Amino acid sequence: MSSVLVPEIPAPGFSFDLCQRNNFLVKKGFQAPKAVKTGTTIAGVVYKDGVVLGGDTRSTENTIVADKNCSKIHYLTENIYCCGAGTAADTEMTTQMISSQLELHRLNTNRIVPVCTANAMIKQLLFRYQGNIGAALILGGVDLDGPHLYCIYPHGSSDRHLYTSMGTGSLAAMAVFESRWKPDMTEQEAKELVADAIRAGVFNDLASGSNVDLCVIRKGSVDYLRPYDVANVKGQRNISYRYKRGTTAVLNKMVHPIIIEGETVRRLETEPMDTSS
Amino acid sequence: MALLSENSGRSLPDYETQAAKMKSFSPYADNGGSVIALAGDDFCVIAADTRLSTGFSIYTREQQKLFPLSSKTILGCSGCWCDTLTLTRLLTARMQMYEHEHQKEMPTLAVAQMLSTMLYYKRFFPYYVSNILGGLDEDGKGCVYSYDPIGHCEVTKYRAGGSAGALLQPLLDNQIGYKNQEGVEPVALTQEKAVAIIKDVFTSAAERDIYTGDSINIKIITKDGVQDSTFELRKD
Repeated sequence: MSSVLVPEIPAPGFSFDLCQRNNFLVKKGFQAPKAVKTGTTIAGVVYKDGVVLGGDTRSTENTIVADKNCSKIHYLTENIYCCGAGTAADTEMTTQMISSQLELHRLNTNRIVPVCTANAMIKQLLFRYQGNIGAALILGGVDLDGPHLYCIYPHGSSDRHLYTSMGTGSLAAMAVFESRWKPDMTEQEAKELVADAIRAGVFNDLASGSNVDLCVIRKGSVDYLRPYDVANVKGQRNISYRYKRGTTAVLNKMVHPIIIEGETVRRLETEPMDTSS
Repeated sequence: MALLSENSGRSLPDYETQAAKMKSFSPYADNGGSVIALAGDDFCVIAADTRLSTGFSIYTREQQKLFPLSSKTILGCSGCWCDTLTLTRLLTARMQMYEHEHQKEMPTLAVAQMLSTMLYYKRFFPYYVSNILGGLDEDGKGCVYSYDPIGHCEVTKYRAGGSAGALLQPLLDNQIGYKNQEGVEPVALTQEKAVAIIKDVFTSAAERDIYTGDSINIKIITKDGVQDSTFELRKD
């Protein structure tokens, strides 16, 4: 039984209610709508005392740019962030779900969450769905053992790396890493290297574009730099496109007078917040 | 022979063979790109972006897609680049043959008709090219001809085509064709306004179409000749 006051709590997990109907519609020739893909360049490196994550900010629907400034570096915990490539909704929702579970884990254990815990939780979730959750992730963070960087594939496999890239622009980004990465870089060097890797994706991969976002995670502090670099500026317009008043045709006009039947004023007593416990 | 006798029990129809079968063959590529042409009373402006791409990668950032066919006619092509090359090669040859035969340049109207015929000649294996032809007619007035890949031809005053055609055309309809505007007196298009609008629509299209960008090439055709200029777009 459900009502307005006591809404029915939906069953946990995905709802597959419409699968049969949708398969039937596809068979009948109805084109299923396409999901927004991030079409992305994301990258990350481990440097001397932390991790730098980076991403571009374009999301695409086939050949059309859907979002010119979207955020691809997601928050997991205070010491862990995660870049997402693939289906936009999947990267967003997976990171949000994992983030909430990690927070509960932190409250239960009262410890800084290790990065390997986040990795295990994500890969178990993704493997359970056999690649149907299209999220390709780069996980980076700093815990008691130092900095860590993982890349996780949609089917649930994951690797540990010192530098890695993912998404459609991963080859362009990896080309930069393979030529210039070295161990124990300074923070400034690492930031410039990741930014250059992302720029390589932005300019050479059509599905990546706009700006460069970075996230620097050190022991005890995080810099979320959005945007780190505005790689592409929008061109200026040459002429004004303001219309004269009355350019839009008025097809018909209707006036509904609002009649005020009465007016009452009620004062609400402000109640002080309960801070006793 | 050994293969056939092995399967002798499985009575294959005599036209079926044991050879490897090709499941699909796709002779076309989409190399993107957009073209715009605007016609005025005594000029014609034609512009195309310079990005040549395939899938998610860029072949070159500086590809000319405008082909001057005569002193008064320019063709803009986008779509399958190899078809563009073949088509324009054949076109220039036909232009030369006409010149030798008639001792004069082919007028724009004739070029337009010839292009239509050449496209329809390949009706069942068409050139995958979206063509826009701009030029001056025999009275010196600007004219624009637009085509579909199999030879349908239409004369207009303004037209956008290619990968961002659907993004560019509505703005031209409104700004050049004065569509959906109430109580506005249409003013004759000037060269300055035509060029400014072309730059603006391309700037906007480059924001949203991944196959349009890098820069545009603008050619203004007048009775005094062709004036050439370029304009930078975003490179991502």
